[in-house]
Amino acid sequence: MPAIVETRGLTKVYGDGTEALKPLDLDIEEGEILALLGPNGAGKTTLISMLCGLVSPSSGQARVGGHDIITRYRDARALIGLVPQEIALEPFQKVWDAVRFTRGLFGQGRDDAHLEDVLRKLSLWDKRRSKVNELSGGMKRRVLIAKALSHNPRVLFLDEPTAGVDVDLRRDMWNMVADLRRDGVTIILTTHYIEEAEAIADRVGVINHGELLLLEDKQALMTRLGRKTLRIELRRPVEAVPGGLSGYDLELAEDGRSLSYHYDTQGEGTGITALLQDLSREGLALRDIHTRQSSLEEIFVDLVKGEDA
Amino acid sequence: MNWQAVGAIYRYEMARFFRTIAQSFLSPVLSTSLYFVVFGTAIGSRINEVEGVSYGAFIVPGLIMLSVMTQATTNASFGIYFPKFIGTVYELLSAPVNFFEIVLGYVGAAATKSLLIGMVILATATLFVDLTVLHPAAMVAFLLLTCLSFALFGFIIGIWARNFEQLQLIPLLVVTPLVFLGGAFYSISMLPPGWQTVTYFNPVVYLISGFRWAFFGTSDVPVALSLLAIAGFLLLCLAVVWAIFRTGYRIKP
Ligand SMILES: Nc1ncnc2c1ncn2[C@@H]1O[C@H](COP(=O)(O)OP(=O)(O)O)[C@@H](O)[C@H]1O
Ligand SMILES: [Mg+2]
Repeated sequence: MPAIVETRGLTKVYGDGTEALKPLDLDIEEGEILALLGPNGAGKTTLISMLCGLVSPSSGQARVGGHDIITRYRDARALIGLVPQEIALEPFQKVWDAVRFTRGLFGQGRDDAHLEDVLRKLSLWDKRRSKVNELSGGMKRRVLIAKALSHNPRVLFLDEPTAGVDVDLRRDMWNMVADLRRDGVTIILTTHYIEEAEAIADRVGVINHGELLLLEDKQALMTRLGRKTLRIELRRPVEAVPGGLSGYDLELAEDGRSLSYHYDTQGEGTGITALLQDLSREGLALRDIHTRQSSLEEIFVDLVKGEDA
Repeated sequence: MNWQAVGAIYRYEMARFFRTIAQSFLSPVLSTSLYFVVFGTAIGSRINEVEGVSYGAFIVPGLIMLSVMTQATTNASFGIYFPKFIGTVYELLSAPVNFFEIVLGYVGAAATKSLLIGMVILATATLFVDLTVLHPAAMVAFLLLTCLSFALFGFIIGIWARNFEQLQLIPLLVVTPLVFLGGAFYSISMLPPGWQTVTYFNPVVYLISGFRWAFFGTSDVPVALSLLAIAGFLLLCLAVVWAIFRTGYRIKP
């Protein structure tokens, strides 16, 4: 199946010389949820803005649904819904009118039932007659999402959708993303909340300094780069790691009550069996053991730090 | 053609107008009435007929033009400047619309509004003076063309403006003086010959002259020249708008 979004050598250099996106080849599969992670200024918004028509590419090509975004922009854009990073809404417009306006802009006829459905899902139905400037920040963001969904897009771009929003909205948003995914909508979201990528994405891309450093299936990524830690809690505290265990990469907690053992899940053997045998040979009695996998956050910080170094 | 989009923009712009309908009509009606009281009655009583028309009636076409030109310019410039200012222009840029559809929506709405205001002023004028329009079809055609071309002109200003000062600068510093000096309240033939020559470089002269001819059958310049001038201005504005969208000037980095 061809990718629903493809870029080939896509770049952006702004008028002031800022190289916001280095040549990018990216394929996004239909129906997937792709999270683009990256610090501020990484180029995430620039990439989305080019795909949506807000910024002109400096070079390269991009296609959405097989349509070139420049030569066949009408077909390409008709498939796209965009929730921008900054809240931008006409203050005196009523919620209902705002959503209808967007649907019209995207060339679609009136469909009150669909708009009602969208507003209900976003808990906006009761507010449909309110003016936008009477709404809270979280509600305004919901209106932006409702506008983006008003014309049944096949590809939805969410640019930092949960930056600074409350827990309710974040939960609703994640539910909504799950619903849309069930309907086969492709979702590209940017975020710098790792937990968000971890919770909802199928694939994760990491961008820094306008460069895609990594693009990988989330599970594979976490397994590949994920280091596991085995934490061993001791019945009786010890002063130091016993000499017989010096061959292991062990870390003793300050209170002497637990040991941490780091190992690579991808390694030949984890060394856990031997370690446990050696622990009892040294006469250490164990109270409990548990393992922990490093999160995307740690992976991400490592990557970005590694690049900056 | 994405007619849905044109309709959406047009309806939205008209809604903005009707939300403040009292203001939209009140101020032009009020200022027109004041002009009639001051010029038509106070001064006009001391001026004989101009080219066979009472002075009160003579200034009607100029007054309508003055309002229509400034209203079309400010309405269209504000219409497109506002989305730029509050950021909602992202929607226009990301929608499957072309430049012609966007322009049709904004400029069409601004032209409609100024046309309505022109009609209201004409109606107000009939309360003060006796008016018969000699060439009604030509009158409507001139009015329409003026509304359209000045709305286009305003659209360009709205795209160009980076702040509210710039937005108000052109209507205030260019349009209003050109209209006042364009024979809105006098016939060019009343000026000394030197000034007459200067006046012919003012494009508004041709519009007002043609419009007045539609009312009274007399004009400062040949009617064909007037038509040519307005058509030229319209085409020029269209070309500039087209270039703006090709290059993304001041809307698309
Ligand atoms: N309109 C613009 N003009 C000039 N530079 C810009 C513009 N927009 C963004 N940039 C620069 O491009 C880089 C990438 O920005 P952006 O795409 O907004 O990053 P992100 O969304 O990942 O935070 C930054 O260095 C930013 O300052
Ligand atoms: Mg951004």
